[in-house]
Parts: sequence; structure tokens; C-alpha cells
Amino acid sequence: MMKPNLAAPLLLGFALYATGSAFAEDTNQTPPWDQADAIYGEDAMADARRDVLAEGGDQKSFYILFNQLEAQMSDEGDSLYWNGQAWYGGDINKLWFKSEGRASLNGEGVDDAEIQALYSRAVAPFWNVQAGVRYDIEPDSLAHGVVALNGLAPYWFEVDASAFLSEKGDVTARIEAEYELLLTQRLILQPRIEANLSAQDIPERETGAGLSTLDAGLRLRYEIRREFAPYVGVEWQSAFGETRDMIKAAGGEGDDIVFLVGLRTWY
Amino acid sequence: MLNRRHMLQTVLGTGAAWGASSLLPAWAKSSSNGNLGVPSLSGTRFDLEIGQFPVRLNGKVGMATGINGTLPGPLLRLREGDDVTMNVTNRLAEDTSIHWHGLLVPFHMDGVPGVSFPGIKPGETFKYQFKVPQNGTYWYHSHSGLQEQLGHYGPIVIDPAGTDPVAYDREYVLVLSDWSFKHPHRIFDKLKKNAESLNFNRPTLSNPTGLGGMWGQMRMSPRDLADVTGETYTYLINGHSTADNFNMVFQPGERVRLRIINASAMTLFNVRLPGLPMTVVQADGLNVQPVETDEFQMGVAETYDVIIAPTEARAYAFVAESIDRSGQAVATLGPRAGMRVDAPALRAVPMLTMRDMGMAHGDMAGMSGMGRMDHGPDTATAGDDMKGHDMGAMSMMPDPHGPAVQPVKIEADIERGPGVAKVSGMTMSRLGEPGLGLDDVPHRTLTYNQLRALDMNEDHRPPGREIVIHLTSNMERYMWSFDGVKFSEVTESIKFYEGERVRLTLVNDTMMPHPIHLHGMFFDLVNGGGHHMPRKHTVTVKPADRVSVDITAEHVGDWAFHCHLLYHMHAGMMQVVSVIPPADDTTPAEKMPAGQMNMPMDHHGMNHGEGKS
Repeated sequence: MMKPNLAAPLLLGFALYATGSAFAEDTNQTPPWDQADAIYGEDAMADARRDVLAEGGDQKSFYILFNQLEAQMSDEGDSLYWNGQAWYGGDINKLWFKSEGRASLNGEGVDDAEIQALYSRAVAPFWNVQAGVRYDIEPDSLAHGVVALNGLAPYWFEVDASAFLSEKGDVTARIEAEYELLLTQRLILQPRIEANLSAQDIPERETGAGLSTLDAGLRLRYEIRREFAPYVGVEWQSAFGETRDMIKAAGGEGDDIVFLVGLRTWY
Repeated sequence: MLNRRHMLQTVLGTGAAWGASSLLPAWAKSSSNGNLGVPSLSGTRFDLEIGQFPVRLNGKVGMATGINGTLPGPLLRLREGDDVTMNVTNRLAEDTSIHWHGLLVPFHMDGVPGVSFPGIKPGETFKYQFKVPQNGTYWYHSHSGLQEQLGHYGPIVIDPAGTDPVAYDREYVLVLSDWSFKHPHRIFDKLKKNAESLNFNRPTLSNPTGLGGMWGQMRMSPRDLADVTGETYTYLINGHSTADNFNMVFQPGERVRLRIINASAMTLFNVRLPGLPMTVVQADGLNVQPVETDEFQMGVAETYDVIIAPTEARAYAFVAESIDRSGQAVATLGPRAGMRVDAPALRAVPMLTMRDMGMAHGDMAGMSGMGRMDHGPDTATAGDDMKGHDMGAMSMMPDPHGPAVQPVKIEADIERGPGVAKVSGMTMSRLGEPGLGLDDVPHRTLTYNQLRALDMNEDHRPPGREIVIHLTSNMERYMWSFDGVKFSEVTESIKFYEGERVRLTLVNDTMMPHPIHLHGMFFDLVNGGGHHMPRKHTVTVKPADRVSVDITAEHVGDWAFHCHLLYHMHAGMMQVVSVIPPADDTTPAEKMPAGQMNMPMDHHGMNHGEGKS
């Protein structure tokens, strides 16, 4: 059942998709050239012409990336963390999935798990606008609408900025930025930050208004192949403001330094 | 069926018979006279089978798709003026085709599926029939999908009907190519997902140019010299890697003609024979005034014939080094069969410069929005056009090589969507420069400006129209196009009118050199050659380059026009040029000013081959 709060981003997504489809299907009824039709027949040439045009830039591909698939170890306990994405589509229009989550390695189950399904449209050489839905399987089966901007900023910073509107009406945002510094052609240092923000207090999620959490990490990977790169790293994970107070009140620490071992892989 | 290896053994094993060879005309020499190194077919009727077969390279076995079971396919030795029949049988499970690269055949025999014919279905035999219209060194290859990367290419040598102005004692055909054990669809897929993932010469912390400054701001890499590199490719000479050591023999004092064909999918090669000067005598199948050099860069699909005259009885290296210096193929040329030369070390990786970005003067004005400055060839001062032109817009740009009366200039607005990362702020002719990365080598290098046709050009008319086409891309998304429009988005072909003389100006807004090929017509390269402009079927346009070519549109038909880097074409850098009769009702009046209708139409006497008269 669609919640009213989800209607806006979904409608936006469909609108963008419709626009994309309209462009894709804007094919002229007059063939762009047809001189061979008189020799080989209209039907045979029409099929071949459709194929050669499609092979000239209309291919679709599928991509999956586990940017992080790692064990995080700290005094607070060990956990498994993942952050990945996948897409299918052409140059301009894509169906885009993102997933992020954490499970305890101390037998306490899955803490957080979310999946996003987005329509993504390339709007500029280095930027995609994305819209769709997010569903949090854990901790609380909550649905959100999503609008995001995703791309490559000047000086090679990969950026993903997402705004979320939950079915309860809460507005939150997440900004991820990372950089890839090649120490050698295969040894790559990846600084990365992830900041979560909230427009309001969400006590049941231990989230306060303003900047709620910030993770800043450094991962050093070795690309045995470009698609297969084990890494080690360290990350500072901190909560701020009201969020920090809520975590502390619940008996947690306001910040933590974790050591990581993981695998970055794509296909 | 003879395979390549067996053939080679035959060549080497009977090499002692070479003494009598000079009594025979070149085309009649057998492979034992050392003129081949690849299996050869001659005559007027050819049966070619397209199939899959295993090949062994560098000790590894891979699966090729090619012609008659050899890599490369057999040399087709034709004679100018012959009527030939090519029966091409498709033994694949998918469609195939053969395009006769550079041969001016009727358009429905040109072999481009969807453009000039429907393609060859599995199990079908297609009969190509045409009169061999010219002579020289050419090649043939698939124009279907990515088959070319899998081995679907072979050389063509056409012996002249009359006397060959080039004298030589011995000749070799050298087909350069790039082989991958990875399937081409996977390569293309990887480029789409992560365009720099096949490049292992990227900027690093210790060589950080490209991380900051203009490069970083523009998100461009000065190490973006080749999309697919030696990490993926095994570079081949006649199907031999360096380890497989393709062998040529000579006797000291002989003049040896090397017919060099770049049949790669993606690789521009630097060609040299250390210690041995080369005299270039032919480019793209047409004779040029001999010019001596030590090294040249050849774009994909270009051919060069050179004469070498080794006097010492020692082994020489023939080196084909990839433009990004990530790999090379080395063959041995020696006084005895079976010699192996020491391969030279790969040279330092070159870097692109601000000039390649089109930012030579640090001028930022052109970087915003649609603005850009266009300069005519060899002039850097006058005639700035600050905007893209509407169709049919006039330009009064001075051009030192051009006609006194300026042609009507037609330049489409570039589609500035996600597929176009930048438009060069400043472009100018780079015909006077050698290939990328060759400007600081300690020996002579060939430039396009040095090429002069041996025979006087047949058509001296000034062009009536100038069509400007921008080569555009977004490397990050691996999108390639003309004027920002991918082939898949094309709704109208480019129109040439039968009998017209038209100028095509290619402006490279990307950071890569593009070998641009137009089927069915030769480019008369506007390089200051007067009536001896070199005529080429493929011209390599450097980054931020602005190259003009004049074309005589003779043959009515639809002709493919594309970048010959296979994955660029596959990503959309392709169009079709329709040569149509000028009286055609569909001719838009605004594209064909009345004054142009009075052009001389006598093209029947034009010889588009050697220009012999």
C-alpha cells in the first residue's frame, strides 16, 4: 500500500522515466537513410538498420559494486558492514539499487539493513538525478521516499547526496563522499566520509536534529584485479549533538574507532 | 586447410629459393620469396568462410572469429581492373559481413549491415562482385558487432594494371592487430562501467599531474591515451606476438617494401625499425612522394607502405608500440630465417598536455556554455566564431590553404547533454605535429604535413560547402559521438550531393586521437599540398585538432562514416553520409545554395585510384 508521503518522489521518478522513454521512442518514421532498400528490399534493410543503430550507443549494461564488504572491529564489538550498489540501463536512464547495512558478529543479529530502488537519469556529464524508494528492513520496517544527486565532483570526488522522507513524515539526509588516491597502479588509498543529518528528533531511532552521525574512514586496497580488491582500513565513527546524548543515555559511546578488513568487488 | 603456422614454416623452410624471385613480377612471387608471411589467395574468384577456430598466441589458446581459419585472414592479392567475385559464407551463429576498407566499390557491395546491405545471415553465402577500382595496400574486415576484435580481418594487396612506380626487390605484408583473450563484449561492458579500469598508467601520488589543477577540475586524465591497453591486449604482427617472433628475411642491399596495415580494434601504433630509416612511398593505398623518416604513428585502419634498404647482414627489429606504451609487438628482420632480435624496452609513457585539452593559451573564455573559438587551419588570430552555427550559417573565416571564395559553412549546434564532457576552447590544425608522444623522440618522425600525393590530384575545384563536425565524448560514461549525437540517436544522415566538392572539417573536442574513416570516398587532406594533397581513407584527428579534408562526392549511395576505434564506434561515434543526386526532390534548398548548382559535374573522367592518366 502506497503511503501518501511516498507519492511525491515516486511521481517524480515516473515523470523522469516517462521523459526518458519519450526521448528513447522519438524515432523518426522516415528512415535516416534508405538507398539500399531499392536493392535489398525495405524489410531486410529496416531490420538491419534498426540493429546497426541500436549497436551504435543504445546498449544496456548491468553493474554491481560492493564498495564496502567488511568486518569492523572495535572495543564496542565486531560487526559486518556492507555498502553496495547495482544498476541496469543505458547511458542516460538506469534502474539503480543501493543497499547498506550492518550485522553483529557477536551473535546479535542484523542491526540495520536498507535497500533503495531508484530511477536514475543522467542530467549532466558527471551527474545523475535519482528518485525512488528506500525500505529499511531493520531496525523497524520503515519506508521512505528518496531524491538523490549522484556523480563525480571536480577533482575526482565521488559524491552521493540523498534526502529521505519517511512514511512517518521525518526528513533525513545522507551525504557520502570518497576519493581514490592511487599510490601505485594497484595500491589505492580511499578516504571516505558519510554524514547523516536529520531535520527533527527521531527518538525511536536515537537520532537528533542536525548532524547526527559522521563516519570518516581510510581504506587501503590492493587491486589484484580491478574487480577484486581486498583492503584494510580504519574509521572514526562519531555521533553529534542530540544524537550523541541519546546514544550515551542508552549506555553507548558517542564515538568509536574501528579497524576494518574487507573486500571491494564489482562486476 | 593450411594454417598460419604451417604456412610460415613453408616460408622459412624454402627461403633459400629467394634468388630467382626478382625475375618475376611482384604479384607472381610465391610466399617462399618472402612477400607474405600470411596465407595468400589470388585470382578473380575468392571463397571466404567466416567461422570460429582456436589460435595459439604466447603459448595460450584462444578462440578467434575470422576468415578461412587463419589469424589474420588470407591475403587477397588482386589486380587493378579485374572483375572479382567474393563468395562469403557465414559459418557463425550470428550475422556477419566483410567491408573492403578503402576500396571504392559500389555502395551496395561496401559491406556495412544496415547501411549498405542487410548483412550475411548464419549459413548464408553472400556474393560480392565488383571491379577492382584502384591499386595499393588495403584490408578487409567485419563490420558486424565486435567481430573485428576477434580476428575478423585480413590484408588486400592490389597490383597495378600498369607499372608500379615503387621499385623493390622483396615485400612483406605486416598486419598489426590487438588480440584479447577477454571477450570484446566484456571489454566494452567494463569500459561502460568503469572507463579507466583497463588503464594501468593512471596518475598516481608520485606522478600526480591530473589529480589537481585544470585536469582535476575538468575530471580529465593526462594519462588517458588508450582505453584498452597492454594489460588486456597481446599485440600482434601477422598473428604473432613478440614471443612468437614473426620473421622476415632479406639480403643486404635489397630494397624491401613493407606494406603495413593497422588492423587493430583500438590501438594506434608507433612504428619504427631502430637503426633503419624508412622511406614512406604509400599511405592508405595511394602513392605519395617518397619521404624518409625514422618513426611514424599510425591510426587504426591506416596503411603505410615503406621501403627499407638494410645494408648490414644483421637482425633488425620491426617495432609496433602501442600509443600509450603499455605494450608492443616486435618482429625480426634478418639475413637468415629464424633469427630473433632483442626487443627494445618500452619507452616512457607520454602525458597529454593543456594543448590536447584545447587550452593551449590558458584561455578560459571558451569553457563556459556554448562559446568556443574556432580557428582556421594554421591561423591563430583572425576569424573567431564565438558560437555554434545554425545550419547554413555563413562564416568568413580566412584559410591559407582554401579557395579564394569561402565555402558555405555548415555547423550544427553540439548537443550539450551528459554525453559531452567538454568542447575544446581552442582548436587548430595539428597536421604539422607527429603522433601523440612522438614530439620528443631523438629521431625523425612523420607528420601529415609531409605527405604529398605522387600523382597530381584530379579534382582541383574549391569546395562549395564546408561541413564542420565535432568529435565529442564523455570518457567518464564512455559515451562517444559526433556533435554530441550518438549513432543510435541519429534521425538524418549527412548529405553530400553527387558531383560536388565538399570540405569536411573535423574538430576534436575529446582528449583522444580518433582515426576517422569515410567509406566510398577519399579525403584530400588540406595540408598545404596544393594539387598534391595526400588522399586518405582514414585520417587521425588529434585531441583539440581541427582537420579539414576536401572530398569529391562521386558515388551515389549511403556510406558509413565513423571513428575506427571499434569501441568508440560501438558507443555511438558513427554516422552515415548519403551521397544523393543534386536534383533530388528531398534536397533542402537552404542546404544547397543556387550558386552551388552550377558546379562542374564531369566526374566520369576522374580516376579515384592512382590518378594515372
